[in-house]
Amino acid sequence: MIWEFWSANAPALLLAIPMLGAFATPLIGRMGKTPRNLWILLITALTFVTSAVLAVEVYTTGPVIYTFGAAASSAALVSDSGGIPVRIIFNVDAMSAFMALFASFVGMVAAVFSFPSGKMESGRDGYFALLLLLLVGILGMVCTGDLFNFFVFLEINSLAGAALVAYRIDKGVAVEAALKYAFLSTLAGLLVLYAVALLYGQYDSLNIAVIAERMQFGFLDKVALALLLTGLAMKAGAVPMHFWTPDTYSMAPSAITAFLVVASQASLYGVFRVAFTLYGLTLNYVTIGWFIIILGVLSMFVGVSMAIPQKDVKRLMAYHAVSQTGYMLLGVGVGLAVLGDPVMLESFGLTAMEGGIFHIVNHAMYKGLLFLTAGAIFYQTGTRNLNKLGGLGHSMKWTMLFFVIGALAIAGIPPFNGFASKLMIYESVFAFNPLLSIIAMVVSILTLASFVKVFHAIFMGPRQERYAEVKEVPVPMLAAMGILALLTVLMGIFPQQIVDLVISPAAGALVDQGSYIASVMGGL
Amino acid sequence: MALIETLDTGFGAWNPLLWLVALVVALLIAWLIRSRGESARPSGAESAKPYLSGNDAPSAEETHVGASNLYWGFTDALKGYYDRVVPIHSGILTDYVLWFIGVLALVIIMAGVL
Repeated sequence: MIWEFWSANAPALLLAIPMLGAFATPLIGRMGKTPRNLWILLITALTFVTSAVLAVEVYTTGPVIYTFGAAASSAALVSDSGGIPVRIIFNVDAMSAFMALFASFVGMVAAVFSFPSGKMESGRDGYFALLLLLLVGILGMVCTGDLFNFFVFLEINSLAGAALVAYRIDKGVAVEAALKYAFLSTLAGLLVLYAVALLYGQYDSLNIAVIAERMQFGFLDKVALALLLTGLAMKAGAVPMHFWTPDTYSMAPSAITAFLVVASQASLYGVFRVAFTLYGLTLNYVTIGWFIIILGVLSMFVGVSMAIPQKDVKRLMAYHAVSQTGYMLLGVGVGLAVLGDPVMLESFGLTAMEGGIFHIVNHAMYKGLLFLTAGAIFYQTGTRNLNKLGGLGHSMKWTMLFFVIGALAIAGIPPFNGFASKLMIYESVFAFNPLLSIIAMVVSILTLASFVKVFHAIFMGPRQERYAEVKEVPVPMLAAMGILALLTVLMGIFPQQIVDLVISPAAGALVDQGSYIASVMGGL
Repeated sequence: MALIETLDTGFGAWNPLLWLVALVVALLIAWLIRSRGESARPSGAESAKPYLSGNDAPSAEETHVGASNLYWGFTDALKGYYDRVVPIHSGILTDYVLWFIGVLALVIIMAGVL
């Protein structure tokens, strides 16, 4: 009975559970630290299980439609709506389910890592409430089939993220970083809202499937496209709109930084959803595809080259996050550039997209892991300055091991997960344009060089007097890092299974605009 | 279905199992070479101490090569690039907004609005 209810209402519960959890956290927090932590663990675990239930349903039976407020939630066109999907609809296809699954997982890991990480800090109830709201924002963005609803969740994502960035205050520096993030996010949000208004004025609907079906790609549609792409690409941290990422990622608590990576990927999802599903073949896909590719190449190179001279470990990792986003943009951009050519799409376009999408989840795992290791080091030493660190390999062996796994994965060294997705990108993009593939490989080499520096600076060298008291971090922090490290290894050893199981269906869902429309409008 | 499948990239293939076998073999060879070395070194003897032309060895903190001392050659070789790119990352919010508006203008042109 409960299982049936849970399964039938999974899209709604996916948001309702963390939202309820967020609002109840300050109340439960009054009972003490342990009940609050158990509550957070329960809520994040339930959210993850719900996303898994939803993903299983999507991958076995096809897209799941959930109409809020309708008697039959699975029908988009209910009898009292006059044949138009007027209600808010969640349209969870394979791409959405994939994003929701790993987002809720990283959210759970970030929460576990946070349990001991702020023992000397106040306002922990608010911290966890905001973390859950950030999770709500991300999950809403990736599941909704309604453009205005997408904007609302984008705002929840941005506001919760900005508040969490400011959490440590840090003599005002963290607050400044949060202010920049909030300002730019608001700007992006306003552009998205304006684009939504333009499309609503054009097509009398806010539903993505309806607008996609009626899309004419006229003047206002082009303006809306430009607003949506720019706003979301900025939120995703694409060069040259990436400037907020080093400021924000370096000042946020490490668990939050790991989760902010996923928040940025939700915006990246928005870019892909707009290009492939909302506009599809109506837009000048070669030009826009190349625009995304150029953003990707710029992100890869500027990101890694700016990372190399950094002295702050989290700032360095933030630039690498920008660089890795470039791979995703490159892979999916190539898919978009050949969207109208079935032969090229089949020959290498889909593989490039699969590589880009696979890299999204891989990046969430290894970059999340790397940010957590940086957090563990900060937790024990109180510094992020690479010039002041050294010799920690003697006292933080587990953290060192997890760092090595994350570093090798981000550099694309086999057998870790980063290698598998990068290999797919290299080979398929090479067929499209060899130069792009070569740039991607050079960037990987530079990434390895950069992380060799970090490894040497933090862990190598003789044991230092000033860190004589440093020991390994508490178990929950080790557990959070260990889970991500394990997944980083496993996803590298079993790449084809993951591609077959979740990545190919996700890429297929993006390309197949017709199915997305039909799942709402009927005709499947 | 094999437990560890070959990843098909459309143009090539990658089998993690084969790579892991190769890695184990390489580690085995490394271990064999290492095991042929001296099993112990004299402890406390003068020969075990670092020799710096008769000077006292610096403390552990001082011997560690800091992060800023690495890759200076790379950044120096790309000085022209870094002299232009680093100042762009000014930390000033209005600069960020300018770049944002610039990209928006570019996308408006690329999307075919103008």
